[in-house]
Amino acid sequence: MTAPVSIRNATKTFGAFTALDDVSLEISAGEFIVLLGPSGCGKTTLLSLLGGFLSPTSGSIEIAGRNMADVAPAKRPTTTMFQDYALFPHMTLRDNVAFGLKMRKVAKAKRHAKAEELLDMVGLKTSAHKKPHELSGGQRQRVALARALAVEPDVLLLDEPLGALDLKLRRQMQDELKAIQKRVGTTFVHVTHDQEEAMAIADRIVVMNAGKIEDVGSPENIYMQPKSLFSASFMGEVNFIPGTLEAKSDTALTIKTALGTVDIPPSDDAPFKQGTSVTLAIRPEHFRASTGAGPRITLGKAKVEDGSFFGTHHRAHLSPLDYPNMTITAHMPQSAVIEPGAWVELTLDPTTVVVLPDHPANTPVGSTV
Amino acid sequence: MISSRISKLLSWSYLIALYGFIFLPVAVLVLFSFQDGRLPVPPFNGATLKWYGEVFADSRLMSALGNSLMVAIGSASVACVLGFCAAYGLARFVLPASRLQRGLLIAPMTVSYLIIALGLLTTFNWIGVSLSLWTVGIGHVVINLPLCFAIIYASMGDHQKNIERAARDLGAAEWQVMTQISAPMLMPSILAAFFLSVTFSWDEFIIAFLLSRFDVTLPVEIWSMLRSGLNPKTNAVGSVVFLVSVALLLLLELIVFRRTAKK
Repeated sequence: MTAPVSIRNATKTFGAFTALDDVSLEISAGEFIVLLGPSGCGKTTLLSLLGGFLSPTSGSIEIAGRNMADVAPAKRPTTTMFQDYALFPHMTLRDNVAFGLKMRKVAKAKRHAKAEELLDMVGLKTSAHKKPHELSGGQRQRVALARALAVEPDVLLLDEPLGALDLKLRRQMQDELKAIQKRVGTTFVHVTHDQEEAMAIADRIVVMNAGKIEDVGSPENIYMQPKSLFSASFMGEVNFIPGTLEAKSDTALTIKTALGTVDIPPSDDAPFKQGTSVTLAIRPEHFRASTGAGPRITLGKAKVEDGSFFGTHHRAHLSPLDYPNMTITAHMPQSAVIEPGAWVELTLDPTTVVVLPDHPANTPVGSTV
Repeated sequence: MISSRISKLLSWSYLIALYGFIFLPVAVLVLFSFQDGRLPVPPFNGATLKWYGEVFADSRLMSALGNSLMVAIGSASVACVLGFCAAYGLARFVLPASRLQRGLLIAPMTVSYLIIALGLLTTFNWIGVSLSLWTVGIGHVVINLPLCFAIIYASMGDHQKNIERAARDLGAAEWQVMTQISAPMLMPSILAAFFLSVTFSWDEFIIAFLLSRFDVTLPVEIWSMLRSGLNPKTNAVGSVVFLVSVALLLLLELIVFRRTAKK
């Protein structure tokens, strides 16, 4: 089963601390949503509001069109998959998975059949009689997923479920989680602070910071067209170059920076006024060779300071000729030869450059975040 | 070289003295329960099982033994249920003055059994409850409840809290969380509390003496036997009491600690 979720102006305060500040979000049925942000950003608070473990100080939450105020966790069409698995240690896997159905008074034979079907889905059919302590971390995680899905919730809430697993297992579980979500069609709301995990599994990512939503969109959108400096820097390495909007036309924003003046095609939602200070956000992999197809802009020459090899690319630090105190991080092709002291051209496709309002607070000019 | 020998000798003598001090009285008691003669005092005249035969043939002793078992198991069960409920409430919910409540629950541990017995005796007289095995059982619940509460409360951690939250999330009502999740998870400590309570109730004299009338427990029956003088039969029944206590502790060790080790 599946259902849409709608969060309207939800605020949650703990004493003087505002954990969640007027957050509104619409989630459609069957969507895989990832709430992404650093610890303390309010993502887990939002999840607890959905699960009913906390109630909002103000604002409302609707699941399947029904207001969830005063609905206890047990009565909500949601189940939660906890970070520490929270399996029942004294029960077999079959009884663990069947527990929710038992609470709903489903007959023994029927609930055991359903439990075995779900254990089969997560690849643990032959272990149905085992106890949780006999399993590895990844297997316990699968049982927790099967247990949460056994009651056919409309919405599954996942509280950093992969946080305790090692990297390789985490990548594998991400794939499985995504495949299972597509199969069952349940709305998944997944909390994580790992942006790679978010990009790997989400239909839509919700970037949160300090109790507010910074950005919402598909992984591609959030990565390539972030709407805030926080969102841009949280999703991966980025160069911020401060500038001023000199002129504005239908086809270009003319921006003056310490590295020269460039024309950037305007994006749909960029309500910048002439003369305002803006920041150019440039991903390290968007620097490219000056020859080749497509439009090109340049930020002048830069000297290679150092470089290291990352397998898929070389990561190099560059200092621009026009503003040597600035450090630019760029990814160079795998086959490039990185020679410290060499000069390169800072060439870019203008469509890959994102214009964001204002300077990053407390961040030194031109630094890489 | 010599000093190390001396220190070794000293530590061994200390060890032997220590265990001798603890176990010699019990060993003497058990030894003279086999005494072939009228008096349980040296010299030891040879072994016989006669006195054990008399113990098991004595209907008053046997009914007292039955009473003791009943009171011990009954009061320990009640103390465990109450202790578990109190521990669950205080560990899982924000209650007013919970520190004070915890303190009040554990306080009877520091009060002497004589005072508790006198207090209960006065109370029962005042409200007009006549003395019976029931009143003895109530007295034993009073002394064992703090112990049960303390043992069970100490084993309730935050990890189990999350597991209980998961059960509630899956649709379990509060009583279902308690009976199907919390209690089974805490079973090792609940069993430990139960067996210790049974042992304490089994051995307890002063409350059982002051709060009983016609039906009495085994320690009270033994005491009235002792008033007519020493006799190898009292040694035999004492040995039986000791054996049951040891059996209970072994059972605790086997059931509870083996269970914990497995996890």
